[in-house]
Amino acid sequence: MSITRRDFLKVSGMGAASALLAGCAGMGASGAKPKVVVVGAGYGGATCAKYLRKWGPNIEVTLIEPNDKFVSCPRSNLVIGGLRNMDYLTHGYDNLAKHGIKMVKDMVVAIDPAKRTVTTKGGHTFGYDRLVLAPGIDVRTDTVKGFQEAEAASKVVHAWKAGPQTALLRKQLESMADGGVFVMGIPGTPYRCPPGPYERISLVANYLKKHKPKSKIIVLDSNPDIVSKKPLFTWAWNTFYPGMVEYRGTNAVTGVDGNRMVVSTEFDDIKADVMNVVPRQRAGELCAMAGVRNDAGGNWCTVNFTSFESTAVPNVHIIGDSISAALPKSGHMATNHAKVCAAAIVELLAGRQPEAAPVFANTCYSDTSDTTGGHVANVYRYSAEKKAYVDAGGGGATPQGDELNHAYAESWAQNIWAEVLS
Amino acid sequence: MHKILILLAASATLLSANAFAVDRGELLASSCMSCHGPGGKSKGAIPSLAGLEKGYIVKSLQDFKSGARPASVMQRHAKGYTDEEFALMADYLSKLK
Repeated sequence: MSITRRDFLKVSGMGAASALLAGCAGMGASGAKPKVVVVGAGYGGATCAKYLRKWGPNIEVTLIEPNDKFVSCPRSNLVIGGLRNMDYLTHGYDNLAKHGIKMVKDMVVAIDPAKRTVTTKGGHTFGYDRLVLAPGIDVRTDTVKGFQEAEAASKVVHAWKAGPQTALLRKQLESMADGGVFVMGIPGTPYRCPPGPYERISLVANYLKKHKPKSKIIVLDSNPDIVSKKPLFTWAWNTFYPGMVEYRGTNAVTGVDGNRMVVSTEFDDIKADVMNVVPRQRAGELCAMAGVRNDAGGNWCTVNFTSFESTAVPNVHIIGDSISAALPKSGHMATNHAKVCAAAIVELLAGRQPEAAPVFANTCYSDTSDTTGGHVANVYRYSAEKKAYVDAGGGGATPQGDELNHAYAESWAQNIWAEVLS
Repeated sequence: MHKILILLAASATLLSANAFAVDRGELLASSCMSCHGPGGKSKGAIPSLAGLEKGYIVKSLQDFKSGARPASVMQRHAKGYTDEEFALMADYLSKLK
């Protein structure tokens, strides 16, 4: 005997049919397991895949990533400052398989939100019920005159994605003579990792002070002032590296010349021995491919903050640095987006509404020397009225560095890497 | 047919009993793991949270919030959460092994 529609409607009188029907819908028309494809296995993507399997054991999760290994951008300034090596930042994906995640090493080249498919360079097509995009940033090297040419000649790096440029910048600093000039260009907000440039300056200064004390650091900041943890970094530069760091606010880098080793602003041409210019950024290209890089400037993705689903394209979720939000773009925050998104997808696939009031915390450590560090920490709470995360209050940053925060920073790194990858 | 309807009604009751697949305490506490380690088990200087007594966690968070207990970073976090959320998170964390 089969259940007729009339019988089903009788049950609906008991208030159950909506959940049951939606539950069936979540299983897909074929009755197969729901499929979620996650693209990008960084802090956000790997965490999301792991928690989707933890909280939705019936979900088939495919994680697509072009790189062999995870290379952490947080803590990469320690490599540039000569305090750690690349192996310290580099971690395998092997442990993710134990959660039942299907790991695919390939690059996504096409997304069809109407058919709900993604296609890879390797020629494979994956269907999805829900798609999660976690591509990280696209660095706009085209916005700084001469950058791409100088970058191709290894004369300038941004090193704002950890990897070969991190190692190259370290090598350039090692090759620089005592008395050399290190020039760092900082983009206007919003950019990945607000305190990152100032931590980098601190750790480069830490190296130069010990090994090349006659050298100088010139900071060309597009922003009018230090964007994050200003008291902490000002304290560090004055205490440990007096006279070494020359900070110039409202000095956006407009061009670089790799042949003459010159960095230009609208005011000056500055001769450099090592050029580290970080251009402005936008959401990764995958987001454009899916039609979700939809904010007013066409740079970032607007999402519904209880699910991280795109406001432009249904069934496509975006997490991490690519979203448009009044939140810091950090690896730590990406893990928070990932968990809220994973929980929401589990509910949505079961025909329910996601948690209405997510709350999470950001903690960001910066080292200020080889023995000191500080942090900034804030709690963010979703406001249904404002349709945004608002600072819950009580957060803030350490005004000075110390050894305890330096130790916590290392412990944080070990713990978050384990949280994301094991 | 009756048996099927009873089964459907029974599963409907189960569904309504579990409003969310992910308990709010667990979702709130998942944010802690990015510093305190997966499953609340930490490597290095940051303390582990797994299996701490519920009352101790709630009291610690309340004391961080009021300033009664000094902290490096936890006072900034504790100020962002309510007593009800402390209890939900502590309940989940205390059950981790």
